[in-house]
Amino acid sequence: MNVTDDYLQYPWRRAGYDHERYEWSMLTDRPKVSWPRGKRLAVWVNLSLQFYPLNQRGVPFKVPNGMTMPYPDLRHFSLRDYGNRVGVFRVLEAFERYSIRPTLAINAQLAQDNPYLLNRLAGLDGEFICHGWNMDHLHYGGQDLEEETAVVQRSVETLRELTGRPVRGWLSPAKSQSWNTPELLAKNGIEYCCDWVNDDMPYAFQTANGPLTMMPLSSEIEDQFVIGQNLHSEDSWVQQVKDAFDYLLAESAEQGGRMLALNIHPWLMGQPHRIACLEEVLAYISGHDAVWQAPAGEILDHFKAQSEGSSQP
Amino acid sequence: MKERVDAYQYWPYEQRPKIQWPNGARIAFWVAPNIEYYELDPPSNPHRKPWPQPHPAVPGYSIRDYGNRVGHARQMALLDKYRIRGSISLSTALCDHHPEIIELCRERDWEFFSHGIYNTRYTYGMSEAQEREMIRDSIETIHRSTGQACAGYLAPALSHSEHTLDLFAEVGQELFGEQAGIYTCDLFHDDQPTPVNLRSGKRFISVPYSMEMNDTIAYVVNKVEPRHYLQMLKRNFDRLYAEGGTVMCIPTHNYQVSCPHRMKAFEEALEYITGHSDVWVTTGREIAQHYLANDYDTAQLAIAELTSRSPR
Repeated sequence: MNVTDDYLQYPWRRAGYDHERYEWSMLTDRPKVSWPRGKRLAVWVNLSLQFYPLNQRGVPFKVPNGMTMPYPDLRHFSLRDYGNRVGVFRVLEAFERYSIRPTLAINAQLAQDNPYLLNRLAGLDGEFICHGWNMDHLHYGGQDLEEETAVVQRSVETLRELTGRPVRGWLSPAKSQSWNTPELLAKNGIEYCCDWVNDDMPYAFQTANGPLTMMPLSSEIEDQFVIGQNLHSEDSWVQQVKDAFDYLLAESAEQGGRMLALNIHPWLMGQPHRIACLEEVLAYISGHDAVWQAPAGEILDHFKAQSEGSSQP
Repeated sequence: MKERVDAYQYWPYEQRPKIQWPNGARIAFWVAPNIEYYELDPPSNPHRKPWPQPHPAVPGYSIRDYGNRVGHARQMALLDKYRIRGSISLSTALCDHHPEIIELCRERDWEFFSHGIYNTRYTYGMSEAQEREMIRDSIETIHRSTGQACAGYLAPALSHSEHTLDLFAEVGQELFGEQAGIYTCDLFHDDQPTPVNLRSGKRFISVPYSMEMNDTIAYVVNKVEPRHYLQMLKRNFDRLYAEGGTVMCIPTHNYQVSCPHRMKAFEEALEYITGHSDVWVTTGREIAQHYLANDYDTAQLAIAELTSRSPR
C-alpha cells in the first residue's frame, strides 16, 4: 500500500505548534515564580479515587488498570475496590501524620455511590477535583459530542451537588481527551485541567468557550506508572520520587518556583507492603523547609496572581 | 523482499585492523539527542499507526512536548557542563516549529543530522521519488536553518525502505558533495564504524548509535529503573574503553532522560565517562570524517581479502 503525495504535505509546519491550544514557550524563558512565604517548591499530592466497573465496555480502549479477564473479572474489580475500602484509610492516616493537604480527584460515580468515603474525604483540609464519571467513561477522539457533553455535565454537577463545593479542577480518566473535552470543561465552569503532561508549571490553555489553565499532573513519577506499568520495585519508586524532588528543588534555586505533582492511587500505595514507602516519601517531602505543600487550586491561584499583567504564556 | 541486509558484509570483530582515534584516545564518545516533533493529528499511514489511541493522543503528545518545553534546556545545560557537543537527530520540521531550540544548539556548534521531517511521518508506503523528496526537504531545511551540510541520517521513527541509505547518500552528494550524506545511524550491527556499500559507490559508513543505550529503549521498551540505566551506561563504557578503537553513543530524548527523576542517573554517567583520560568526546560527523580519512580504505581491503579467502 502506497501513500499519496498528500503524505508529504505539512499544513501545520509553522512557528509554534501544530494546533492552537496554547503558546510555545520554553520553561527557562518564562518569568520566575515564587510561592507563599518564600517557598520554592510547590508540592501537589494528588489522590486518584476511582471506580472500575465490572461490566467494562472498553470504549474505545480498555482503560489501563481496568478489567483484563473475561467477565466477570472478580480479580481486578475487587483489587481496585480494595483501594476504596481499605487502602485509602492507610493513605489518609499517612496524610494526617505528615499534615498533607491533598487534592482529591474522584470519579463522580464513586462520590455518589459511596457517601461514607465522600464524607470522610470532605473532612480533610483538601480540594475535590472531578475525575470524570468512572474509569470506563473515557473521553476520546471521535466520541459523540452529545454523549460527551452529557457525561461532563453530569460528572461535574454531581460532584458539586454532593460536596457543596465549587469543584474547579478536572482530571480525565486515563488523561484521555476528545477534541471537544477542553471546550466542555470550560463550558461547565472548570478552571483547570490536569491532563496534558507537558510542563512542570501551570500554563494557559485555550478553548472556544474561554480559557483554562493546564496543571500538568506528571505521569512519569506516579505510582501506577512506575510500579504498575514499569514494574519497578516500591523502593525504586521512593528513590525516583526523591530524585525528582531533589532535582526540582535545585532547579528552583536557579530558575524560580517549581511544582512537583505526585499522583497516587489507594489501590496501589494503600497495600500493606507499600504504605511504608508512601510514608517515606511524604516524610521526605514534608520535612523540607523550602516546600509549600498545597492543593492544586491554591497553587493555581498563587501562580495566576503573579502572572496576571505579565506576558505569561 | 530480501532475505538479508546487503549493504554491509560479514566482518568478524576479532583480528580487524586497529582504529587509531585522535590523540591516542581509546574510545570515541558521542551523545545524540533526538529532538523530535510528533504531530497531534498526523495523517494515517497504511503500515503503521502514529498513536495507539484515537487522536488527540494527549498522553503521548504532551510528554513529547514536555521534552521540548522543559527537557531540552536541562539536557543542554548538562552537556555544556561536561563539554559535550550534541549530535542532534532532528525532526527537521522543528526548525519551523521551535527555531529557538535550533538557535541554542547552533550557538554551541552542535551537529544537526536528519531524522526526517516529523517523527509521525513514516517512510513506509513511499515511492522512491517520494522518499527522495522527503530526504531532500530535510537536508535543505537543516542547511537553511543552521548552515550545515547534513552528514548523517536516522530514518524518521526508524522507518526504512530498501532504498533509504542509497537515497540519503545520493541526495547528500547532489546538494553538498562529499560534505553531506556520509553516514547512517540506522544499522546496529557493530561497535565500530564500518563501510556501507551503496549503489552509487559513494564512500559511506555506519557510525554506531546503539539501541541498547538509547534512553527510550531502556526506559520505555525495557522499563529499566533510572539507577540501573546508569549501571548499564557505565558497564557499556568500561568494556568498550578497555577494548579500544570503539565508539560509544548515548542516544537520548529530551522527554525521557531530562525528566526530573532521571537527571541524576544521566549526570553521573556523563561525569563518569568524561572523567576518563583517553576519551575522544566528539560528534557523529567527526567520527565519520576521521574514519573515512584514516580507516575506511584499510577496512575495505580487509573485508575484500576475507571475502576472497572464504566466499560464503
